[in-house]
Amino acid sequence: MAIKILTEHSHIPGIETFDVYRKNGGYTALEKAIKTMSPEEVVEEAKKSGVRGRGGAGFPMGMKWGFLAKPEGVPRYLVCNADESEPGTFKDHYLMKTIPHLLIEGMIISSYALGANKSFIYVRGELMYVIQILEKAIAEATANGLLGNNILGSGYDLELVVQPGGGAYICGEETALLESLEGKRGNPRNKPPFPAVKGLYQSPTVVNNVESIANMAWIINHGGEAYASVGIGRSTGTKLISASGHIKKPGVYEIELGLSVEEFMNSDEYCGGIRDGHHLKALVAGGSSVPIIPAHLVYKTANGEDRLMSYESLSDGGFATGTMLGSGGFIVFDETACIVRNTWNFSRFYHHESCGQCSPCREGTGWMEKVLHRLEHGHGSMHDIDLLVDVAKKIEGNTICPLGDAAAWPVASAIRHFREEFEWHVSHPKEATLPGAVYKGAAVLA
Amino acid sequence: MTEIPTTSAFTPERLAKVKEIIARYPEGRQKSALLPVLHLAQEQWGWLSSEVMDQVAELLSIEPIEVYEVATFYTMFHLQPVGKHVIEYCRTGPCCLMGAEGVYDHLQARLGIKTGQTTPDGLFTLKEVECLAACGWGPVFQIREKYYMNLTNEKVDSILDELSK
Ligand SMILES: NC(=O)C1=CN([C@@H]2O[C@H](COP(=O)(O)OP(=O)(O)OC[C@H]3O[C@@H](n4cnc5c(N)ncnc54)[C@H](O)[C@@H]3O)[C@@H](O)[C@H]2O)C=CC1
Ligand SMILES: Cc1cc2nc3c(=O)[nH]c(=O)nc-3n(C[C@H](O)[C@H](O)[C@H](O)COP(=O)(O)O)c2cc1C
Ligand code: SF4
Ligand code: FES
Repeated sequence: MAIKILTEHSHIPGIETFDVYRKNGGYTALEKAIKTMSPEEVVEEAKKSGVRGRGGAGFPMGMKWGFLAKPEGVPRYLVCNADESEPGTFKDHYLMKTIPHLLIEGMIISSYALGANKSFIYVRGELMYVIQILEKAIAEATANGLLGNNILGSGYDLELVVQPGGGAYICGEETALLESLEGKRGNPRNKPPFPAVKGLYQSPTVVNNVESIANMAWIINHGGEAYASVGIGRSTGTKLISASGHIKKPGVYEIELGLSVEEFMNSDEYCGGIRDGHHLKALVAGGSSVPIIPAHLVYKTANGEDRLMSYESLSDGGFATGTMLGSGGFIVFDETACIVRNTWNFSRFYHHESCGQCSPCREGTGWMEKVLHRLEHGHGSMHDIDLLVDVAKKIEGNTICPLGDAAAWPVASAIRHFREEFEWHVSHPKEATLPGAVYKGAAVLA
Repeated sequence: MTEIPTTSAFTPERLAKVKEIIARYPEGRQKSALLPVLHLAQEQWGWLSSEVMDQVAELLSIEPIEVYEVATFYTMFHLQPVGKHVIEYCRTGPCCLMGAEGVYDHLQARLGIKTGQTTPDGLFTLKEVECLAACGWGPVFQIREKYYMNLTNEKVDSILDELSK
């Protein structure tokens, strides 16, 4: 059996309740941390674990904690990013609804480590039912003396607040999230300063993803070194993967980093393979923002090495032949999927979600959507394909936040790998616009 | 459509809740309560009229414009009256791979309305939204806090039958 750090107990009936969670070893890590460790020692374990930010950027969590400024007399905040809105990603949703106390325990341990007395969990507003689950878990933990004043007699006080968003993908970007938490529109701020220096209410703030924080209970119980021994190289530990699309078993799976993509895709323990009678055409490995790769680059890198589920291996080959682990949104396309249609769909998403602050993003995403709409609906020209590449290039790197890049990469990579399919839409507009029509010439894996 | 006159006040229970929410934030940071309070308001009136937003501004001691600019930024807030049940349907890529477009066609045909419209009986409003973080369980739509997942045409029919009773 593969090691499970986050989901070992997630299938136990009633695990969402305090009593069942506690009976299964819940809150022992919190007791250990608060009773036997100093905050600095907790930070040290996070550093040793090598755990990297699971929100997508992969920045080492312990290092970020080490960067937290500690000016005298100024409060510090921990904010958990539960805005999860990246198309293809639904693992935080799964974790919070199934085993909410794992996040609450992680939040208390992490807040203690950072010296925060008020911490926030910012949950996308659509997940109101999950907010209710978290609030119930918080009430239970408080009633049992694990939250509130003088936790376990340690003299340490913590209040946990669950904050709903209002429906805006951009509020997952950490500085937009902080603006939103202050009751404003979700316009990202310039970085630096990073939140670790100037964050919520201009105070030093750590923002971490749900899954990053949920790892803390295991890290404290077993030690950072034990965590670092799981995984491969600098991709330590396990990762929750949200699997969707044309596979037999869509869902959320916890994998040890370093598992081969082929095993993840085809083993019965995970995706169970492509739907019966169909063939793999393409993969988006880490949520809609990362490059799409064609079938022949899914199981092997361009160098012929096995492609692994790790930060390094998935990005092997760079933009030319690689993709990224990102937030772990594993979207699988079989031969029935139209790449042009999907690219248009993603473009519409980014255009809709651009906050509008920077003109390359606001205008560029609009342009890309319009041109892709033309191509998909049979009114495009060959020139449009190059125009798209050009617009994508002009957005990349010229914006305040990475939403611009996130909008550009899927378009650029789709054209890089599936150019013939775009051209077919131009040369065969009648055929291409029949309902469900798909270019038949794309290479697939049997 | 919604019958409640939007000039009415927050219910006493909700008013108490508003106070409780404001108390969560540090002194002078009551503006942080804006999103949770707008959700409460929408729960009561179904949508956010300018009268309602003005009330919220007063409760939080902020300018009405600060409320308007936020309410217009976030897609969950309805700025026009809506039907009793607002169906928010995910139209994003991964759900489409799971067959969302076909099911959506069926839903529209069954209700006899298009995106953004409300049925003449005021029962249903249809809205397209982006990824609801349920992609592997798609096609999916949401009505208030409830998620309806792994939708098929048959499932849509029985949900609508149930809600039309
Ligand atoms: N989970 C989801 O739904 C989504 C995830 N993403 C992911 O988000 C990623 C981009 O996120 P960003 O936050 O813009 O990346 P980033 O690289 O700017 O930052 C990553 C984290 O490290 C911190 N950090 C970096 N350098 C620092 C320094 N010198 N001092 C202190 N802290 C520092 C940042 O504050 C942040 O918390 C993308 O790679 C994408 O995969 C994007 C969209 C949605
Ligand atoms: C447009 C955009 C959307 C993002 N959405 C999310 C999100 O929904 N959840 C998340 O954890 N991080 C998201 N991020 C990344 C955050 O900015 C930040 O890196 C992360 O919350 C830090 O936590 P981590 O280090 O634990 O991953 C997003 C970034 C961008 C640019
Ligand atoms: S890149 Fe786009 S989303 Fe990000 S700040 Fe600029 S306009 Fe807003
Ligand atoms: S794409 Fe529909 S829930 Fe994510």
